[in-house]
Amino acid sequence: MSDSRPVSLPIVLPDLPPPPRPALLTRMGWTGLALFALLAVVVIPALHLGTAPSHPLHVSGYAVTLGGKILCYAIVAVAMDLIWGFAGILSLGHGLFFALGGYAFGMYLMRAIGTDGVYQSELPDFMVFLNWKELPWYWSGSDHLGVALALVLLVPGILAFVFGYFAFRSRIKGVYFSIITQALTYAFMLLFFRNETGFGGNNGFTDFKRILGFSITTPETRATLFALSAAMLIACLLLCRHLVTGKFGRVLTAIRDAESRVMFIGYQPLWYKLFAWTLSALMTAVAGALYVPQVGIINPGEMSPANSIEIAIWVAVGGRGTLIGPIIGAFAVNLSKSWFTVSFPEYWLFFLGLLFVTVTLWLPGGVVSLWSRLNGDKTS
Amino acid sequence: MPRSVFAIRFLGFFWFGLLLWIPPLHAEWDPQLARMLASGDFDSRIGAIRQLVASGDPKVEGILKAMAEDALAVANDRLLRHSEGITVDLSTGTTLTPPLPAMEMVSINNRIRREIQAALALLRLFDAKREVRLTAAVALQNRATPEMVAVLERAMEKEQDPEIHDYLFLGLALSRLNSPDPAQRLTAVRALGDSSSPTVKVTLTRLLQNTQEPNDNVRKEAKTSLDRVSRRLAIGEAVASLFSGISLGSILLLTALGLAITYGVMGILNMAHGELLMIGAYTTFAVQTQFRAHLPELLDAYLLAAIPAAFVITGLVGVVMERTVIRWLYGRPLETLLATWGISLMLIQGVRLLFGAQNVEVANPSWMSGGVMPIPGVVLPWNRIVITVLALLVLAATWGVLNRTRLGLFVRAVTQNRAMAGCVGVPTSRVDTLAFGLGAGIAGLGGVAISQIANVGPDMGQGYIVDSFLVVVLGGVGQLAGAVWAALGLGIAAKALEGWVGAVIAKILMLVFIIVFIQKRPQGLFVLKGRQAEH
Repeated sequence: MSDSRPVSLPIVLPDLPPPPRPALLTRMGWTGLALFALLAVVVIPALHLGTAPSHPLHVSGYAVTLGGKILCYAIVAVAMDLIWGFAGILSLGHGLFFALGGYAFGMYLMRAIGTDGVYQSELPDFMVFLNWKELPWYWSGSDHLGVALALVLLVPGILAFVFGYFAFRSRIKGVYFSIITQALTYAFMLLFFRNETGFGGNNGFTDFKRILGFSITTPETRATLFALSAAMLIACLLLCRHLVTGKFGRVLTAIRDAESRVMFIGYQPLWYKLFAWTLSALMTAVAGALYVPQVGIINPGEMSPANSIEIAIWVAVGGRGTLIGPIIGAFAVNLSKSWFTVSFPEYWLFFLGLLFVTVTLWLPGGVVSLWSRLNGDKTS
Repeated sequence: MPRSVFAIRFLGFFWFGLLLWIPPLHAEWDPQLARMLASGDFDSRIGAIRQLVASGDPKVEGILKAMAEDALAVANDRLLRHSEGITVDLSTGTTLTPPLPAMEMVSINNRIRREIQAALALLRLFDAKREVRLTAAVALQNRATPEMVAVLERAMEKEQDPEIHDYLFLGLALSRLNSPDPAQRLTAVRALGDSSSPTVKVTLTRLLQNTQEPNDNVRKEAKTSLDRVSRRLAIGEAVASLFSGISLGSILLLTALGLAITYGVMGILNMAHGELLMIGAYTTFAVQTQFRAHLPELLDAYLLAAIPAAFVITGLVGVVMERTVIRWLYGRPLETLLATWGISLMLIQGVRLLFGAQNVEVANPSWMSGGVMPIPGVVLPWNRIVITVLALLVLAATWGVLNRTRLGLFVRAVTQNRAMAGCVGVPTSRVDTLAFGLGAGIAGLGGVAISQIANVGPDMGQGYIVDSFLVVVLGGVGQLAGAVWAALGLGIAAKALEGWVGAVIAKILMLVFIIVFIQKRPQGLFVLKGRQAEH
């Protein structure tokens, strides 16, 4: 009633300097990362190679392979966090990019078998089995590591870019986006299950022999791949952290929280989302390429919708939007998976299901939020 | 002695008289035939077999069977069956002890064996059982030869069943087609024009492609007949494809209707929807098991009991899900997605522990087997028809509940404006629970339908979840009509594509189509009129 302010005066914002960029990592973060790097890149490979199996500190081949596998999953979790935690886009199709990266690298591994396969042919065994006489055109060049690595990035990258461009341009979001990514990975799974597609059908690729001339089963190769996966995880973590602490990350989180307002201010959300989406797909594909030589098999089952949803639970368990949380989540879920499937295989799905329900109901911030709660931090 | 000789003579004359108009029953076959069967070259043996069949003697079957079992022997022009030390005279049926000294076993090769099989099949046309005659008549279409004409004419004369009669007619025309007489061939070609069998199309096409048919008239007539058959076949194919499309559409509709309520109307993204279908299917299995154990005489009615049971049990599962988990997640669709996915995993594993990881066997009631044939060559299976009818009934019931009951009114009120509905006294939280239970129960009904046509196993739900979502999303969120059109459209399109590019590619194309479609019309085919505020 007593408001005497003229209503139509424009609001002039003071010309504030941009807020200071937060540190890439805190001091404690850097220490932790250095310790992790030392452990994963130096100590574990050294213990695996340098000690006898009877030695109390020996790290078994099983442990290294399992660890390497989970490191790859952790890369996927970080990639998923970038897109889900910071841009609010829940992809149910990341398993597709993971598998495509794996298949692209698997092509190289299949060609590297040479004539040592069951049928002793230049062609991969499954093609001999199908009575094919020559390689399909899309296999050309796959015997060069460089071409294979390019394919690892290009195929999932282009697919993610094109798919993301059309989806984000039409402003598809929320569950709609989740469902069409699920439909996408489902369609690809059906495609790869066909023998005629030329990627080994049901069985996919397996029985790899060597990589870059080194036997794929030796402890040295295993340790190297483990260290490479760890290094790649650290690189992805730092890259994502760099992105989300800068202006890009601020716009991204703003899009997540109120996309329309971001548009009204004058930003085009399409390019921010598309960049985060494609980058996320690329990191996932690299993880897939590192995964295949370590587990020694890739088949269309990796593209099943269930696999992609499981990625989401790693992120949710660890804590969305924290980058470090998803790594913890990937390790926690997958270690319990290996433990359950060995000790009580029939209860694993109960546990996993319960995890999905409890985390969403009672722990929306993930285990990382427990840490801040313990420290009395009320902000998170 | 002379008396008996006379008797035989007399009988002989008597039978000779009968021979003129009905098949002889006790004819003595020509000794020449026995000799030809035993020692002639293969061509003459095959000729002898054909003559035997053409004679229509009921004992021929015994001879051919003995021959097929390598048990036929010849001694002094008498045909004998000799196996496991017992010798039987095939013309009199008496056992001969001791066996005749000059007995010679008849050996056969594969060509003769095939001929014998064909001959035995031909003899089945005279069997007393209708099914045997029908199978024989159907099998006949693929190997009709001119020698069969006489046998087929006789079979047609005796045949009372119209369906078998039609097949015999066709077989007769096919065997006349190879006759050396152009007039016969012309009749045959004309008669074939009335058929709607794919075999006839192939035969006529081959006849026209090969330049072996010397007669121009026959060729011209064959062309006309081929056109008629092809047209009839094309219509039949279109009808069959349309029907299987509608049938697939009604299955899609049944699987998606429950989701149209929980997701479409209430906005709950229930990833355990496929598992609710699975529970419905397992309820059907359990009801069937109970009927088998306690009410075997009413086994055919188990499906009628399974329908309410599945609705109630899945509905209860839905109510428990809503009360314990989903109600805490309203307004957070992505979290709902993850939590319900977790529930689906637990349901799968629970069923696995209860019923085992293997698929269970749910049998169609006997009244659902077989089918109807509205036009020749197109069979509509009863189980598909029943499912289509069930889909319509469930659709009508769902529409009725949503639009004609108090609960439906409340559901619509709560989805349109929750706060206002609460203000005027609608118990919103109870309405949520009941509506979710209703959607779950309808999913259970979908499960009953699926159990009748597909495998029932713990993982079965996973295959339907993507399809159901696509139906609801394509149809447009918020009402049922869209889901109906989307299900029917997807079903018919999928079946049409399937015939063209194969099932897997068809499925992939449908998925790609929907992904592209959502880009263009994110609200689905049918959008509710009104303003929509984006957050």
